[in-house]
Amino acid sequence: MKKLILFIPLAIFLVMGVLLYRGLFLNPQKLDSVLEGQPVPSFELQRLENADELLNNTNIQGQVSLLNVWATWCPSCKYEHPFLMRLAKQNILPIYGINYRDERDAAIKELATEGNPYVLNLFDNKGRLGLDLGVYGAPESFLVDHKGIIRFRFAGPIDNRAWTETLFPMVKQLQAEAREANRL
Amino acid sequence: MIALGYKRFILCIWFSLSAVFWMNTAANATPVDTYQFKSEDNQVRALSIANELRCPQCQNQNLIDSNSPVAHDLRLVVFKMVDAGKSDSEIIEFMTSRYGEFVLYKPKMEPKTYLLWLGPLGLLLTAFIIGLFLIRKHSSRTNVMQSMSDDEQKELADLLSENKE
Repeated sequence: MKKLILFIPLAIFLVMGVLLYRGLFLNPQKLDSVLEGQPVPSFELQRLENADELLNNTNIQGQVSLLNVWATWCPSCKYEHPFLMRLAKQNILPIYGINYRDERDAAIKELATEGNPYVLNLFDNKGRLGLDLGVYGAPESFLVDHKGIIRFRFAGPIDNRAWTETLFPMVKQLQAEAREANRL
Repeated sequence: MIALGYKRFILCIWFSLSAVFWMNTAANATPVDTYQFKSEDNQVRALSIANELRCPQCQNQNLIDSNSPVAHDLRLVVFKMVDAGKSDSEIIEFMTSRYGEFVLYKPKMEPKTYLLWLGPLGLLLTAFIIGLFLIRKHSSRTNVMQSMSDDEQKELADLLSENKE
């Protein structure tokens, strides 16, 4: 009995060790989004290409879509851009852009030279919609279902692996849900 | 001796002065001066709220310390909400509904966080109990040592007297 007691510190050490070791491999950037399951926050923003055209939630609703937060000042967005271009060509789902805290001219120029994967671009220069979406850095993407509910949030640039392993399976599932709802 | 005391005195003054100076610069370094609060009370309240909210981007800084654009935005939101007369809980609700419980440096007391809040108290209590247990055991052992039988007492006296000779 007494010898067992002597092993208690070792046991505590082992438990702590395992917990802390596991902690090394957690990604601190991966935060739960509170908005998953919530509708896209209501907004009224100018279209990036045209200051006179006001867009709101109805403009981006109706089908499963990808909301992508981007900006010209964001290096990871440049890394992500070629993938978005390829994705747009595949016509799987519409990609809506949120041009986040950016300058209009720079953004328009970037899309003209690098290509435009977005169906529509919202000009969120004040970061108001970004704030309501709980965005803390670009790029960030949201999978939105046919009813306009945010179903998944992806922080960081989407690449081939993230798409095939995480996002595409969810897109397929959401699209199946949408078809089911349409049939009824 | 007097010189030493004098030196110490000077050093002491120097330290306290630099501490005051440092505190002043720390206060000045907050980005608050760019924002005009409606009242001093509002400023104090807004700062205390922003101090307890974590920047979602630079995760080990609070909203006051961080220079990231997100922290700047959120700080401004907090300041504006305070000036608009919103209560502390309304502001915290606004933040958690967007960025999650994660932004609270002081998490809410709920079943999920009981371990966090009560864990240290539990550890302290355990240490206290173990300490008490050990002390008791120790003192009871010394008690046993102190009580000697008559034979032992005599032997001891003999040894002592032998030493004296």
